[in-house]
Amino acid sequence: MTIIGWLQAIAFFAVVLALTKPLGLYMMRVFGGERTLLSPVLVPVERAIYRLSGVREDEEMSWFVYALCVLAFSLISLVYLYVLLRTQQRLPFNPQHFGNFAPDLAWNTAVSFTTNTNWQFYSGESTMSYLSQMAGPAWHNFVSAAAGIAIAMAVIRGVVRTSAKTLGNFWVDLTRCCLYVLLPISVVVGLFFVWQGVPQNFNAYREVTTVTGVTQTITGGPMASQEVIKELGTNGGGFVNANSASPNENPNPLTDFIELILIFSLGAGLTYTYGRMAGDTRQGWAIFAAMSLLFFAGFAAAYAAEAAGNPLVHRLGVLGANLEGKEVRFGAAASALFATVTTDTSCGAVNAMHDSFTALGGLVPLVNMQLGEIVFGGVGSGLYGMIVFVVLTVFIAGLMVGRTPELLGKKIERREVQFAILAILVTPILVLVPTAIASVTPAGLATLNNAGPHGFSEILYAFSSTNANNGSAFAGLGPNLFYNVATGINMLFGRFAVIVPVLALAGALAGKRAVAQNVGTFTTNSGIFVALLLGTILIVGALTFLPADALGPIVEHLLVLQGKTF
Amino acid sequence: MLKELGTSVRFTIVSVVLLGLLYPLAMTGLAHLLFPRQADGSFVTRDGRVVGSAIVGQLWTSPRYFHGRPSAAGKNGYDPTSTGGTNLGPSSKKLIDATRAAIADLKRQNPDATLPIPMDLVTSSASGIDPDISPEAAYYQAPRVAKARGLALAAVNALIARSVRGRTFGILGEPRVNVLKLNLALDALRS
Amino acid sequence: MLSQRRLERRPQARPLFDRAIALRAIGDSFKKLDPRWMMRNPVMFIVEVGALVTTLFFARDVLARTPQLGFDFAISAWLWFTVIFANFAEAVAEGRGKAQADTLRRTKSDTLAKRVVGDTVETIASSLLRKGDIVRVEAGEVIPGDGEVSRGAAMVDESAITGESAPVVREAGGDRSAVTGGTRVLSDTIEVRITANPGETFLDRMIGLVEGAQRQKTPNEIALSILLSGLTIVFLIAVATLLPYSIYAGARQTLPVLIALLVCLIPTTIGGLLSAIGIAGMDRVMQRNVLAMSGRAVEAAGDVDTLLLDKTGTITLGNRHATEIITADGVSARDAASCAHLSSVADETPEGRSIVLLAAQAGISTDHPAEATFVPFSAYTRMSGVDLPDGTMIRKGAPDAVIAWVRVAGGEPHADLAAHVERIARAGGTPLLLARNAAVLGVIHLKDILKPNMRERFDRLRAMGIRTVMITGDNPLTAAAIATEAGVDDFLAEATPETKMALIKREQQSGRLVAMTGDGTNDAPALAQADVGVAMNSGTQAAKEAANMVDLDSDPTKLIEIVEIGKQLLMTRGALTTFSIANDVAKYFAILPAMFAAAYPAMGVLNVMHLATPQSAILSAVIFNALVIIALVPLALRGVKYAPKGADAVLRENVLIYGLGGILVPFVGIKLIDMLLSALHLT
Repeated sequence: MTIIGWLQAIAFFAVVLALTKPLGLYMMRVFGGERTLLSPVLVPVERAIYRLSGVREDEEMSWFVYALCVLAFSLISLVYLYVLLRTQQRLPFNPQHFGNFAPDLAWNTAVSFTTNTNWQFYSGESTMSYLSQMAGPAWHNFVSAAAGIAIAMAVIRGVVRTSAKTLGNFWVDLTRCCLYVLLPISVVVGLFFVWQGVPQNFNAYREVTTVTGVTQTITGGPMASQEVIKELGTNGGGFVNANSASPNENPNPLTDFIELILIFSLGAGLTYTYGRMAGDTRQGWAIFAAMSLLFFAGFAAAYAAEAAGNPLVHRLGVLGANLEGKEVRFGAAASALFATVTTDTSCGAVNAMHDSFTALGGLVPLVNMQLGEIVFGGVGSGLYGMIVFVVLTVFIAGLMVGRTPELLGKKIERREVQFAILAILVTPILVLVPTAIASVTPAGLATLNNAGPHGFSEILYAFSSTNANNGSAFAGLGPNLFYNVATGINMLFGRFAVIVPVLALAGALAGKRAVAQNVGTFTTNSGIFVALLLGTILIVGALTFLPADALGPIVEHLLVLQGKTF
Repeated sequence: MLKELGTSVRFTIVSVVLLGLLYPLAMTGLAHLLFPRQADGSFVTRDGRVVGSAIVGQLWTSPRYFHGRPSAAGKNGYDPTSTGGTNLGPSSKKLIDATRAAIADLKRQNPDATLPIPMDLVTSSASGIDPDISPEAAYYQAPRVAKARGLALAAVNALIARSVRGRTFGILGEPRVNVLKLNLALDALRS
Repeated sequence: MLSQRRLERRPQARPLFDRAIALRAIGDSFKKLDPRWMMRNPVMFIVEVGALVTTLFFARDVLARTPQLGFDFAISAWLWFTVIFANFAEAVAEGRGKAQADTLRRTKSDTLAKRVVGDTVETIASSLLRKGDIVRVEAGEVIPGDGEVSRGAAMVDESAITGESAPVVREAGGDRSAVTGGTRVLSDTIEVRITANPGETFLDRMIGLVEGAQRQKTPNEIALSILLSGLTIVFLIAVATLLPYSIYAGARQTLPVLIALLVCLIPTTIGGLLSAIGIAGMDRVMQRNVLAMSGRAVEAAGDVDTLLLDKTGTITLGNRHATEIITADGVSARDAASCAHLSSVADETPEGRSIVLLAAQAGISTDHPAEATFVPFSAYTRMSGVDLPDGTMIRKGAPDAVIAWVRVAGGEPHADLAAHVERIARAGGTPLLLARNAAVLGVIHLKDILKPNMRERFDRLRAMGIRTVMITGDNPLTAAAIATEAGVDDFLAEATPETKMALIKREQQSGRLVAMTGDGTNDAPALAQADVGVAMNSGTQAAKEAANMVDLDSDPTKLIEIVEIGKQLLMTRGALTTFSIANDVAKYFAILPAMFAAAYPAMGVLNVMHLATPQSAILSAVIFNALVIIALVPLALRGVKYAPKGADAVLRENVLIYGLGGILVPFVGIKLIDMLLSALHLT
């Protein structure tokens, strides 16, 4: 590790910290329907969208109707992408004349983008037409991210409203998020990316003869416009297979830095929105603090492991950090930082190949996802995932002060615990059970790229990633019918089996009266609360996965130290 | 449920037009207006002929040129239509064998090298089209290139020093040398 | 009217482990192994299933003479112990209640009742009595059922219910009419209208409550059970999937080892002690002679934000004392004292007696004139006094009432007296005007006597975040003075049942939970409205019905203790849950390396405790897991240490003890057990 390596992380964090309040305030205004700088331009567009879609702006929805809208919209967008991928051959903007996707791959991809996972069992540059890219994944990047933020807003409203029956209007939240938050940032930063070298064209691929006479096919496409929303919406689906490791998507350290900021900024901003709406910004900062500590812990571990390098390679006489599967312009520090950030959130974009990380370096993204990506998190999903942990922490620790536990004055009782536990149960079930099936069946073992514990890690990573809607991969694991179907199912349940109980939890909280707080009340904005929240996350969230992680990265690390290969 | 599905269909159509078509088309228009070279792919020309993209690495095998890193993109490496890494894990026998072979190749190609073997020259990049090598990797190859071209080692080293791009703002990323640009500069040096 | 008994009854110092109770509990722990009973507690049910399965494995080992016979036996035995220990905790907690129920049941032995039908009296078994029946009870007889005195008055010995030996007066009408079945009439004859059918009487309910027969899980207990079940499912999955993982790793695990890991990971500590904690909490309330109608009420007590406390009897001693007599201009002190004395010699109220005492100190000792007529206090006149044979009339009473009385007689009080009245009221005293015929002689200062240590108690409550509101019929001036002196946060002066009710609703509207005590029939609506209502046993049936707790000692200050017990109950649950979950860290470090020691010797570095062998590591963890339940039974029964402090301070302390302790203790415990096992060559 070097000081400069750490400075990158600190500089990155400082920018995120500086953006948290302005973005949080802006989002609060946007979702509260207040006027913003962009209103004169965007209000007519917003109205037009409501009129064309048949949305009544003033209609408030119960948690049930809200959840129904989320599910209906997701179903339609899933079917839409499936059809698009199955018919892209005959549609315009297909200069490379790519064929249609096979049914199982189309299903996997459609689910993947609908759920904001962006798991990619396909190589964008060799299978997907420009139309599919921009009207498929890129469009999904907007709406699935906006859906996540909309749900987070609904959950915030549930926590802060008292004796209320409704959580807002899904269509309005969705539209406002796309129009006022995602689109303006995408336009500005997208053009910045072009300036820095990210292509943005509809050209056919170009064959060039290199200096030494080798033929090389240079790819093209509307990459910049997709790149920006891919990070901003914590989607992570790359235009090309190598994702943000590709110099096309991420040409230099500055674009890398901006991408990292895009990934964290909205999730960070939402913590402030939460605090403000709760009437106590310290509530938001407490969550921010817990997230920050987890971020730095993850980065420190990943960076230390990658900087230390692979002892097996060192034995061959080459010393230094682990650069297998890394780009020279990023090196160990920026790659470890990206891996941490992309899995703290549900982004899943990568600027290095996680599969080739050292065992402990690869453990960090794995654990991040197993915790449910609650460190700033997927836009929206990070906050609502964290609120579930907050509810559990309040319940367990709150009892210790001798009162029925309460969150912002709302008593946490049977129903709240029930929904929180339902949401918590999803991750262990959907990660551990499919991993168990895959690790002992021929279909599950057929497409591994590595043997021994690392092979097991590939399986575990795949299901951790798809369940958490991350989308990054130990990419050695190849697609087959089993994985296309299994990870598809996993992504669906990983998203919706959490969203529904979380919205139900929000509905239950919204209906509650707030009891008065006094010195006998367990406060959720103090340092000790942050410590307890972290304890709950680590013990309830991480201990479940310890046996599995021990048999994957942990034992691999120990074996590598002993010089063993597979 | 029917009502919600209906709204979903209508919202999907409206938003696909706006975000899936208008947005990327407008961005492409703006990009070509403002940054036409980058928007098209940062092509590099020599003598009026396009010889590659500044941001895409290419395969170099001649001892007269600096070489890039091992690549897992495509069958022969450096195929932009098949980007990616080896995805071999740290305990992979294949990885260790490949690294051992790369070290042997490197030593054979650079018999006069005196510097320690740079890590980036024996490990595959993530994208397979990494356009850069570390300054150490360039200096490591300098004796070979100088010898092949009949240049003084100092001249080659000076060129490398001029070609190194430092960290952005002094902290972001790593110092690096763009192989294509270095090699073009090398060719220019002779004439 | 509050009971005049002020005897402080200490909580019965029953030892934590009574020999008889413990013996019975051991038997009960085995009876509770019945799966139908165990299913009520999912965590321990899983353990029982695990114990059963490992026993089957042991049986197979015996038949096949496999080498892991000893290990499987040890694991299955300790799993059974785990279940039995948890059952024992519950049985002990219940046993303490049962012992009390048995005592109560003895008083319930079937008595005969004399039912009044028209003019005749028939003798029937008390079990045949129905609501509305009138029974006659004579001196020495046991009252056959709950009811209200409809005619007469009697001394009643209620020691069977309250444990209080001094008899109490029960009379028709008013707030002292309620009688309880099983109590004994000591003097006189009364007629009682029965108000409860057999099986529904107070005694029946009390037996049911202390026995835990009607015990239902409280809301918080249910929520916690859901959490524990959720965690159990999570760990069930984590352990079940470990089998295929171990197959992939080429280190297939046996079922007994996996079950051992599962039992160690699921929250057995809190799961095994949860119901014991609840029962013990109820029991602690009971030991303070308070009958909680449900566990829910005890839990709610922990949440209380506002305590409404009656001034009289709670904050002040019921009796006010005369401390000085201020004379009007031109009246001699001796004359005034003598009149005060005369007016009070026949007054048997504590206030009257204190006036006599005060006059005696001033050297007055006039005899009671034979022909004098004592005029008792009435709510209507708000005066009392004496009419002498010579036509002299002496009155003392509320200032406005006395002034009106003087004016009717044609007199006019001195203006300076008004200032004295005001001063006394402001100081929290009660001014009584003393008048003879048409002349006001002076003002008697009656002073409220605060109970000792009240300020300290209110400070404690404030530290816990609880606001105290004093309820009094006094005027605002007096009320404010006493409130300040006692250190309560607020007061409600000139309280009526309506204003009291309005106050409760207002507090609840702003999100506060309210607790109050009451005894009169007109307190009933407020008692029902309050989140925690404690009725005095001396109170009316209506009040007792409306309340969710009855204080058998009729001591209103108990409310404070009840709140503390409620808090302690929740804290104990939280602390043991935290402890239980935190334990898992060490258990992982014990068991995981042991499981994979053969396939991956490299994992030995995770064996941070340096446990001797894989088998002893697993066994040590299981044994620790079982023993910790037994070790924590006293804590579960007694409750965690409780000190009135703010939430943050309490939390810091408990997190340190039960959170951090929960992580560290098992490392030490498992290591010690492992050393012992190795030393004894048991593995």
